[in-house]
Amino acid sequence: MTNHWIDIKNSDCVLVMGSNAAANHPISMKWVQKAKDNGGILISVDPRFTQTSARADIYAPLRSGTDIAFLGGMIKYIIDNNKYFPEYVLNYTNASVILGDKYDFSDGLFSGYNPNAKSYDKSTWAYKKDDKGLLARDESLQDPMCVLQMLKKHYSRYTPEKVSEITGTPVADLLKVYEAYSATGAKDKAGTILYAMGWTQHTVGVQNIRAMSIIQTLLGNMGIAGGGVNALRGESNVQGSTDQALLFHILPGYLGAPTASLATLEAFNKARTPKTVEAQSANWPQNIPKYSVSLLKSFWGDKATKENDFGYAWLPKLDDGQNCSWLNLFDQMYAGTIKGFFAWGQNPACSGANANKVRQALAKLDWLVNVNIFDNETGSFWKGPGMDPKSIKTEVFMLPCAASVEKEGSITNSGRWAQWRYKAVDPPGQAKPDGDIAVLLMNKVRDMYKSGGKSPEPVLNLKWDYVDAKGHFDPHRVAKEINGFFQADVKAGEKQYKKGDPVPGFALLQADGSTSCGNWIYCQSYNADGNNMARRKKDDPTGLGLFPQWAWCWPVNRRVIYNRASVDLEGQPWNPKRAILKWADGKWVGDVPDGPWPPMSDKKNGRLPFIMKPDGQAAIFGPGLNDGPFPEHYEPLECPVPKNAISAQFINPTIKIFGGEMDKHLTCDPRFPFVATTYRVTEHWQTGIMTRWQPWLIEAEPQMFVELSEELANLRGIKNGEKIKVSSVRGEVRAVAIVTTRFRPFKLGELTVHQIGMPWCFGWIVPKDGGESANLLTPNVGDPNTMIPESKAFMVNVTKA
Amino acid sequence: MADGYSILVDTSKCTACRGCQIACKQWNQLPGTPTKNTGSHQNPADLSFETFKLVRFSEGVNGDGKPHWYFFTEQCRHCLSPACMSVAEKDEIIQDEKTGAVIYTPKTKDLDFKATLEECPFNIPRQDPKTKVLAKCTMCFDRITNNMIPACVKSCPTGTMSFGERDKILDMSKKRVAELKKAFPKAAALNADDVRVIYIVTDDPKKYYQYAAGK
Repeated sequence: MTNHWIDIKNSDCVLVMGSNAAANHPISMKWVQKAKDNGGILISVDPRFTQTSARADIYAPLRSGTDIAFLGGMIKYIIDNNKYFPEYVLNYTNASVILGDKYDFSDGLFSGYNPNAKSYDKSTWAYKKDDKGLLARDESLQDPMCVLQMLKKHYSRYTPEKVSEITGTPVADLLKVYEAYSATGAKDKAGTILYAMGWTQHTVGVQNIRAMSIIQTLLGNMGIAGGGVNALRGESNVQGSTDQALLFHILPGYLGAPTASLATLEAFNKARTPKTVEAQSANWPQNIPKYSVSLLKSFWGDKATKENDFGYAWLPKLDDGQNCSWLNLFDQMYAGTIKGFFAWGQNPACSGANANKVRQALAKLDWLVNVNIFDNETGSFWKGPGMDPKSIKTEVFMLPCAASVEKEGSITNSGRWAQWRYKAVDPPGQAKPDGDIAVLLMNKVRDMYKSGGKSPEPVLNLKWDYVDAKGHFDPHRVAKEINGFFQADVKAGEKQYKKGDPVPGFALLQADGSTSCGNWIYCQSYNADGNNMARRKKDDPTGLGLFPQWAWCWPVNRRVIYNRASVDLEGQPWNPKRAILKWADGKWVGDVPDGPWPPMSDKKNGRLPFIMKPDGQAAIFGPGLNDGPFPEHYEPLECPVPKNAISAQFINPTIKIFGGEMDKHLTCDPRFPFVATTYRVTEHWQTGIMTRWQPWLIEAEPQMFVELSEELANLRGIKNGEKIKVSSVRGEVRAVAIVTTRFRPFKLGELTVHQIGMPWCFGWIVPKDGGESANLLTPNVGDPNTMIPESKAFMVNVTKA
Repeated sequence: MADGYSILVDTSKCTACRGCQIACKQWNQLPGTPTKNTGSHQNPADLSFETFKLVRFSEGVNGDGKPHWYFFTEQCRHCLSPACMSVAEKDEIIQDEKTGAVIYTPKTKDLDFKATLEECPFNIPRQDPKTKVLAKCTMCFDRITNNMIPACVKSCPTGTMSFGERDKILDMSKKRVAELKKAFPKAAALNADDVRVIYIVTDDPKKYYQYAAGK
């Protein structure tokens, strides 16, 4: 989230799209309700009328996988009807920037497309620059090559009628949503978007969010109270885990992972550190060398020296272009390349797209370590449906771990708040906190390296002092390490710091080895003031629900990021009634500002608000993604229509399609004529492994179900409550039919398209007759930027069982 | 008895998260009933001697063709003049003076269950087939007499449920209904003068549940 949970209450219009917040994030509705109590409007856009829709002022249905068409139509509406916020768009976005001559877009393809590599030459999307390297601009916003005019041209094709033909949303509903939401373009209005996996799990997942980001910047909704682009994260600490680099392509704090061709620290820093000549751009990422060196100091302590590149050579490197995301890992496992696997706090046998392939992949491993609080379909895959235990060689180890209340530590919520939690009870039996398991494992690895092995330095030189006197994992030591320490006596400004002092905040991190920091965005979380994540003060000076002394939030306790976009060039709030920040008597008052600089009208010292962008401005035109600088509608890999109604390019031209025997997909095939999507229910957590053992929860949602319309039920002769079969080209599941008025067929021009939906929280292990995971049906194809699977739009058949 | 406590259930805020249904089971240490999905999210299908609180789901299509989905988190209304008490001979059913909670004691095993159920305007009491004891919501008597609010109210994330002194709850109810009437002309507080658990609905109560406003 750019904002945070409580801030939803400050909104005039809450759009929930790509999410069923009421079911999956129940507490969100507390703040949505407060917004409604203050006169705000709730809009729900969803293929199915959900629990969120039930509370919405406006509901609009759309066919799964057509969000860009829906949002593209909104962009057109905003421009055509002058609903955008002109001062904001001119000053804080790249609307006035002029594109280079090579940029083009034609019939679904952007310039620079290479059909053999299925990729774009992004240099054709570059901005026009003058001889000093400054961006060419037209502040009248009239130049046909300027971003705003290009945006207008791009979305001119997204007429309500065309959009409706793609999405199946009635034109009247589209217009109702467009009108209500674009009203937040007024200076004193705020609109927010709450989204989740309904937007990300598509082959156009990132571009779905890009489309909304464009809308939010056009309407001036970024950086303000009640605004922002807000991802409702699916786990209590999934934000924390990405911050700490759970993913393959990053190091902690979102520093890009090193690759083989970046052989030296200098090369790495050069490649990762953007440059700018724009006078008023802060270009905060210019500090990346300070963060990367401090991270290396944190990993290897005194062994990391200037002479040895601070141990940079010891970091594992990705091959250039290598992608180690989920789908590829399981593909490699299936191919037999990956021999061992730690399934740590997860259940891929049910959570992975195309779960049959996942389960077969597990059978090809030499060993599997399943770290979980309960047995699950992953650890017991070898005795699951269709498996012959005798023929499976995989050796499986079960390590019971502590549940969240059985250990101490921090979790970071969707709103970036790192909140410290105490341990309520000891874990049962031999179960251990994950940290202890990691320590014991690494201790053993280190012991083994001590008697030889290839390249022992990265392991043996590691600064490895994270245990207490009894040898147990000490979360405080780790949290302090993440915050960072001075590695030498340092004078900064008037203050003198000694070696071993905690670093007060990331502004003091250095690239010379004099500081360490395990994650620059968490610097300040545990410093000389103590453990800031454990704070529980309920003061709310702005009255906007920032609660600045409740826990701690990254970066530097800034509760709303890009918050200097909430003020005008003089530093005065666009909306004085909801002033998240204001410039008064030579200083900023309110939230922690996005940098200390004075307001923009100070041409010398003022800085643009979007400090993480090299040019300081919000990117309406975004030349960084793999599949285009503007979001464009493409059909899902599996879809119900024979062609893309808006261009000749049927599907996203940059997606990777696996070609193995288990990687089947079929589009517009009469054997699988219905659109399907997956979702969660309140009662079950993810694959249900923490909840399916719980009698009160399994009582409320006991069995795999499929929701379908009355029309489709009639077509197939299906009665409410009977068990039916849902199949895709990849697998089948049995499920109880819930025949409902909350799904309706979509009218796409002359075509009628039915859609169904299923939860993915069930699995064969428990309860008996509970049913199987919907992921047996989903396709293993990913978004070209993130490789997140397209679990939210695929094709199935439903028949009587 | 007109003072004591009341619970307001503002269904216009309910999202059917079922926190209340589970919290009731947890506080009262009631077992999970073995269930099957019968083509509805409503589960268990009905109240029972081990289910005192149940979120009922009801859906349909409005005049404008748009669907509606109503949630009705059902429980004993704790009537001011409980009809069920008319079948009691002695102290099988107690109405607590201070709180107004209507409590079924273990002695209800001696009552005529059918007659008790028939008397109840809201179809609430249920019988344990083994012990013959009747059971229903206690208003969390053990909590509210120890400075705690009922478990269901405590668990509610959206502010659907409120608990407090009856006059204050009645005030809240009136204000909320007046507010809701602007958008929902049919908004009403159900049986507010006769019951302690007052439901606010925005449409015909029968669309929520057959007995929402009584038999």
